[in-house]
Amino acid sequence: MRYLPHTPEDIAEMLQAVGAGSFDELFAGIPPECRRSRAMVLPEPLTEWELNRHIDRLAGRMAVAPEYKVFIGAGSYDHHIPATVGFLTSRSEFATSYTPYQPEMSQGTLQAIFEYQTLTARLLGMEVANASMYDGASALAEALLMAVRITRRPKVAVSRSVHPLYRRVVRTYLAPTGIEVREIPFDPQGTTDPAALAGAGDLAAIAVQSPNFFGCIEDLAQFADRAHAAGALCVAGFSEPLAFGVFKSPGRQGADIACGEGQSLGIARSFGGPGLGMFAAKMQFVRNMPGRLVGETVDIEGRRGYVLTLSTREQHIRREKATSNICTNNSLCALTAAVCMASLGGSGMRELAQINYDRTEYLKRRLRAAGVKLPFAAPTFNEFVAAFPPGFAQTHRRLLEKKIVAGLALEPYYPELRDHYLLCATETTPREDLDALVREVQS
Amino acid sequence: MTEFPGATGLVQNEPLLWEQGRKGRCGFSLPRRDVERSTVPEGLAGDGPDFPDLSEVDVVRHYTRLSQWNFSVDTGMYPLGSCTMKYNPKTNERQAAAPGFANAHPLLPAALCQGGLELMAALECLLAEITGMDAVTLQPGAGAHGELTGMLIFHAYYQHRGKPRSKIIVPDTAHGTNPASAALCGYAAVPVASSARGVLAPETVAAVMDEDTAGIMVTNPNTLGLFEENIKAVADIVHARGGLVYGDGANMNAVMGLVNMAEIGIDVLHLNLHKTFSTPHGGGGPGAGPVCVRRHLEPFLPVPRVRMAGGTYELSEDHPLSIGKLQAFWGNMGNLIRAYSYILSLGAENLKRASELAVLNANYIKERLKGTFHLPHDRPCMHECVFSDKLQQAHKVTTLDVAKRLMDYGFHPPTIYFPLVVHGAIMIEPTETESKQTLDLFIETMQAIAAEARETPDSLRQAPTRCKRRRLDETAAARKPCLRG
Amino acid sequence: MKELSELKFPENLRYAESHEWLDAEGGTAKIGISDYAQDQLGDVVYVELPEVGKSFAKAAPFGSVESVKAVSELYMPVGGKVVAVNRALDGSPELVNKDPYGEGWMIAIEPSTPDEAKLLFTRQSYLDKLKG
Repeated sequence: MRYLPHTPEDIAEMLQAVGAGSFDELFAGIPPECRRSRAMVLPEPLTEWELNRHIDRLAGRMAVAPEYKVFIGAGSYDHHIPATVGFLTSRSEFATSYTPYQPEMSQGTLQAIFEYQTLTARLLGMEVANASMYDGASALAEALLMAVRITRRPKVAVSRSVHPLYRRVVRTYLAPTGIEVREIPFDPQGTTDPAALAGAGDLAAIAVQSPNFFGCIEDLAQFADRAHAAGALCVAGFSEPLAFGVFKSPGRQGADIACGEGQSLGIARSFGGPGLGMFAAKMQFVRNMPGRLVGETVDIEGRRGYVLTLSTREQHIRREKATSNICTNNSLCALTAAVCMASLGGSGMRELAQINYDRTEYLKRRLRAAGVKLPFAAPTFNEFVAAFPPGFAQTHRRLLEKKIVAGLALEPYYPELRDHYLLCATETTPREDLDALVREVQS
Repeated sequence: MTEFPGATGLVQNEPLLWEQGRKGRCGFSLPRRDVERSTVPEGLAGDGPDFPDLSEVDVVRHYTRLSQWNFSVDTGMYPLGSCTMKYNPKTNERQAAAPGFANAHPLLPAALCQGGLELMAALECLLAEITGMDAVTLQPGAGAHGELTGMLIFHAYYQHRGKPRSKIIVPDTAHGTNPASAALCGYAAVPVASSARGVLAPETVAAVMDEDTAGIMVTNPNTLGLFEENIKAVADIVHARGGLVYGDGANMNAVMGLVNMAEIGIDVLHLNLHKTFSTPHGGGGPGAGPVCVRRHLEPFLPVPRVRMAGGTYELSEDHPLSIGKLQAFWGNMGNLIRAYSYILSLGAENLKRASELAVLNANYIKERLKGTFHLPHDRPCMHECVFSDKLQQAHKVTTLDVAKRLMDYGFHPPTIYFPLVVHGAIMIEPTETESKQTLDLFIETMQAIAAEARETPDSLRQAPTRCKRRRLDETAAARKPCLRG
Repeated sequence: MKELSELKFPENLRYAESHEWLDAEGGTAKIGISDYAQDQLGDVVYVELPEVGKSFAKAAPFGSVESVKAVSELYMPVGGKVVAVNRALDGSPELVNKDPYGEGWMIAIEPSTPDEAKLLFTRQSYLDKLKG
């Protein structure tokens, strides 16, 4: 086996050095009654070339571009990924290094994360960002737990226009804590209904996502004001951070915690993971933040350098009193997002976001002209809801055979939104694809 | 004379991203505009992020230079105890990057993602066979996420039986994630001390296990590198009082093909695919933390579950007792593919051989370095061994100094000051992918450092001198946090 | 870490098992941590203190003190109500190391029962305890 370097001579010499006659003797520390009763039964090992064929066969049974046109976003977006991103992030020194607990030997990762924290904080308009969480959903759950720690209040309000799968993760995390999750309905505009918050006392947080699951831009400032008036925190979620290239950032609208999914920033969709939990807050709450933080300092010669810091918040020091149990996060994905953000630059990010916006607006116009109803009037980014005539499910199925995935049916997530589909367009769907989609959904 | 790998090479300086660049540059090939420009409604429009504008060359040089300031498994030996920094096979990267997987949307209709679902189902079976457990979820994003999943399963199990419990037993050798994960589910951690032999004594567990205790979290082999030889007796005590046994699989690399976790009484076990199953650590993640359970706990596993129905795979939500979801989608597929690729490359015999060699390597280091460094538990170890700085104290040299000096010789330091039960711990896990030659070089290095500790202790206190930076002021970083530029 | 003989333990203070000191001269009592405690902790990087007006029972945790890699709870040597908090520690936690009995004080309290202080260690009995 090519990963196991020991020759029979090596093994013999080493066994002798440790005073064991055989591997069996080496395992003398495992009592006989704890030894496995039967050997593992696994498939015969594959050569590298057999493995390639096997994986290619499996991967070949996945519907991906260019063969398929997939118009689904819903928290996982198709964006162009420059060749540089994969090339740089797959460098061994990044990909095969450990968590930078030994800073002198990890300055590359540490400076890169410091830069990621900075770019994230700037993108979200927040004061401080951490080194990453697992994904947007777990980041939201952790944000709500953080708000409960800060306010010491037992309830949180979460908008129903927050990604439904994120809300399920929130419920899972909060189930054993006794924290009550109150869902706020959305209004006919497709945005969170503020009226439903009237009389909601005792809240630790109001969580709203913008752009929300329907692609609609929420009036975050209004919810921040309401939260602050009631002594609660405003938690701003997102699943498409590219939106902040053209729309106001959560921080500028008063969010106390901004958290969401960063997959859009150069990370392959990979059938759902790994993604990137982006997490940022106001500096006054930094000691209640979950996750790792990199800070700037100097070495004994006074040269600038970086270290993991404020670690006393974390599980390896504070154990059961830690702000979270998170240890390994999604560092390489954070690096990927940083490379992507650096490649885009401020000007590129604005332009790319604008192109995404323009494409979606174009698709919306074309669909409207074709008689498709777009029920939600709120402005959107990248995705939007279309209400098709009853029975569209059949058309949707038929289009699958033509290798077109015409959006995501919303009924499984929102029973009241029957025949409603969430459609997504980005810079990767050129006009001709959008025109084709409009043609096909009419047929 | 031995040539040690440590050296100083051609390492460039590199400023922060925003200290360079020039407005108007771009390192991204912006797509063509083929539709007319629309105007973002006033009042909603923002200014866009304050990012520096860089060219592709700027970006490539920046990250290439940064990467050269890092040590990695591909650079050299990484003897970090309890971290299992084994070699990360390159074919795994190729498999994870297969376009059909890398470009797949997670919400594809089942008929359009059969390959991914088949791989998930197959990997669940492989992990069940390797651990001896009955059912597996692949959803958790890392080991600690797996622990949380396990604790949620404990919680849901007792809830379902109508008798919630409030405490959980955690040995003093446990990773900090154990009590932290338990606390997220409202469990108060009840610490128990390990015996003088460095393992759990059944009577210690019996003394605290009661009807209000949900169970125990055990890492086996434990963080002293010792097999918990009383595990079956401990499990019997816990089970007899209605409790459950949680297995922290962080150290699974020692026992593949040797121990069946179900047979020794484990009810729930998490695995770290980025340890045992060779997926790269990425400078701190992403990982993957599948959770394996015995049959009676299967109904509580997260949803969706992959299942076969009518000849095709599907994601099933129909599990009313499930704890729910841990991530938005199905798990860190990229790492699941890598682990799958690893297991298929090795097969049963080589996986067992990997564990055997991991244990042989650790024992070899233990035998050759005992006497040079103090060994608190002098008996056969599993995949890691724990020394301390006791013999160096006379020279006022600490574990930290030894660790830092290793860098100058071209090795990553071991895990230090953990487990907490050994004062000044030096915890070494070589893994099976290090050859005898590399181990000999490491041993010689440790001996050289021990000699320096006696003769020129200041060379340790001043170390490292060959890295990009000397020792960093962590106190200043924490007192006046500067967390962004 | 220093030898006991290198550390200072003022005669006029009382000391708690958990290494806090209490200066009970006058109506209000000041509380901080001993020279031994700050030396054991190493460089203090953060001190978390309660709000003025809060009351705590004897031995209740009233805050915490952090070094880079450790957190220690602070416990009330006697019960009482917090009447002042040393805000200088927010920006300069190093005062706890530099001057543990002076500028590094942490809180001032109104003791709930004046006599509780008498149960604490004197300089000598605290030193005896440290010598083990």
